[in-house]
Amino acid sequence: MADEKIKEAFDCWEKDVYAKEVAKHPERMERFSTISDLEIKPLYTPLDLEGFDFLRDVGFPGSYPFTRGVHSTMYRGRLWTMRQFAGFGTPEQTNERYKYLLSIGQTGLSIAFDFPTLYGRDSDDPFSRGEIGKCGVAVDTLRDFEIIFDGIPMDKVTTSMTINPPAIVLLAMYIATAEQQGVGPDKIGGTIQNDMLKEFIAQKTWIYPPRPSLRLIRDTVVYCTNHVPKWNTISISGYHIREAGATAVQELAFTLADGIEYVKMGIEAGLDVDAFAPRYSFFFDSHMDFFEEICKMRAARRMWAKIMKERFGAKNPRSWWMRFHTQTAGCSLTAQQPLNNIVRTALEAMAAVLGGTQSLHTNSMDETWALPTEEAVTVALRTQQIIAHESGVTNTIDPLAGSYFVEALTNEMEEKAWDYINKIEEMGGIIPAIERGYPQKEIIEAAFRFQQQVEAKEKIIVGVNEYIMEGEDLPIDILKVDPEVERVQLERLKEVRSKRDNAKVKSLLDDLRDAAADEKENLMPIVLDLVRAYASIGEIMGAMKDVFGVYTDPGYF
Amino acid sequence: MAQERKVKILVAKPGLDGHDRGAKVVARALRDAGFEVIYTGLHQSLEQIVESAIEEDVDAIGISILSGAHNYVFPTLMELLRKEGMDDIVVFGGGIIPLDDIPGLKEAGVKEIFLPGTSLEEIVDWVKENVKPREVVL
Repeated sequence: MADEKIKEAFDCWEKDVYAKEVAKHPERMERFSTISDLEIKPLYTPLDLEGFDFLRDVGFPGSYPFTRGVHSTMYRGRLWTMRQFAGFGTPEQTNERYKYLLSIGQTGLSIAFDFPTLYGRDSDDPFSRGEIGKCGVAVDTLRDFEIIFDGIPMDKVTTSMTINPPAIVLLAMYIATAEQQGVGPDKIGGTIQNDMLKEFIAQKTWIYPPRPSLRLIRDTVVYCTNHVPKWNTISISGYHIREAGATAVQELAFTLADGIEYVKMGIEAGLDVDAFAPRYSFFFDSHMDFFEEICKMRAARRMWAKIMKERFGAKNPRSWWMRFHTQTAGCSLTAQQPLNNIVRTALEAMAAVLGGTQSLHTNSMDETWALPTEEAVTVALRTQQIIAHESGVTNTIDPLAGSYFVEALTNEMEEKAWDYINKIEEMGGIIPAIERGYPQKEIIEAAFRFQQQVEAKEKIIVGVNEYIMEGEDLPIDILKVDPEVERVQLERLKEVRSKRDNAKVKSLLDDLRDAAADEKENLMPIVLDLVRAYASIGEIMGAMKDVFGVYTDPGYF
Repeated sequence: MAQERKVKILVAKPGLDGHDRGAKVVARALRDAGFEVIYTGLHQSLEQIVESAIEEDVDAIGISILSGAHNYVFPTLMELLRKEGMDDIVVFGGGIIPLDDIPGLKEAGVKEIFLPGTSLEEIVDWVKENVKPREVVL
């Protein structure tokens, strides 16, 4: 047997060559591990791939189980979409930034909203003080959307909106703005994040408790399945789970567990799995540990294909596809020596490409200080263009397949992720697990463990715990959001409220409360009517709050 | 002689900012270092934070803010504490805060701002050095 021969030779090498060398010159560390603390061996050989079956485990791109990518030609056919998340200040400023990004070669838009918008609050809500236009663009009413998309043809661009509790409202605004441009709902394309489960697990942008939150997601999924066929209804997100401190395996497991819940939700709503599942997409983090990230993405595709085909019996291959967006890891960037962040982002972006991402956001070097300047954003986008056109990694599909290490680590991450998923299933699924605080506590444990490893210098971060420059001057300019934004936004909201038909808004809000109280009603049509009548996001979300109640932070630490 | 009580710290997340990784890791490190730590949870108004500080009779408040609203949050918090006559509570903070903004925050009464990359040890040592149990007025 070939394996026995290899085993014999390996044992011989390990004992006679490797161990002797280590005895003479000890290795730099006693234990080598990924950034997520998975132990890594000195060498991988065919012995690590016992039972490896090429057709079953790896196969061909565009074919089940999609380990090598969802498309048969991958980047030889079409490059990934370079989609920089942007938005700040007023709708006018954001419109200007989008036109700039489109002019320098960006291929899709991605809207960052400010905190009040993310939480479904109006700019004149007391909680919005100091936050208006800070982390993204402020949106109160349809009027703001009309400005954001002024001069941008909505049948030509696709737009990703990072929005969760009020996703139903922003989607309605997008549809209504496109309508004004003469573009019907069947012609628009884009994504709403619309993933509340990861909010409860990690990002913590919530309003209502988990169950009514899921109902709103259901309503958007059902509506889009019937009326907005090119819309990606949920972007099932591991990014925030990872950024909150999860390991790569936790990111993988919790994200897929969320995905399983959203598929169950669609089926329970009476939809055919193949009618809605192809419009679910995913969103992952790409962190600093190069191979761990690539293996995570390969494992994720293979696991999702199995879940959809075997567990849910989906028949359309598109339902088996895990399409995903990737963002480089914000939490890996350092405030110290910020130019180094360009290098970090380039490595992370390269991993995402080797992992087979469908779209990519590269972070800017200055984001540990503030929102990025135009110069920093340009470098970040150029990083993707250099990988795409100069590095050569796009010439062949899944070039790392067959590496003993890459295949072994892909398998190991998959196994460890199934362990988590099975544990969550035993709890009754991700919703009961969240209600018990299980994923939340696992993440905070991992975050704390990592920080301790950094403190103990078991993990080195250049410029932070090693290679520190004392008395460093910050060599970059920082973007400042003009405080004028707040005044402009408040004035516009006031003007909209004074000009619209307030009696109509009031009566529609009453209808919304009634509809919200009936679990079977789909709220999307009435939210669309409200948006068209220039009801504000705070009014719409507030009316539902009257019915759904609010969720408060259990505050685990 | 009265026994000196443990230093009590309120770790707080003001406003809508949901980035709580830093707050939780720091809260845990302070607890492990032997301080009494209360974590407010997310989405606290500044009034709620001041109320908790008074109710729990804390010696210090640690604010974590990554949303860019720091120039509003810190001065307003200091003003509210002054109004309540609680401005002997030590206020410190951390998050995504540009260097240029730090002098203004210190002028407003914030004792220290910790930037990304600060070690937990540094924060713990600073608290040991700078926060003492407040004298209880009888």
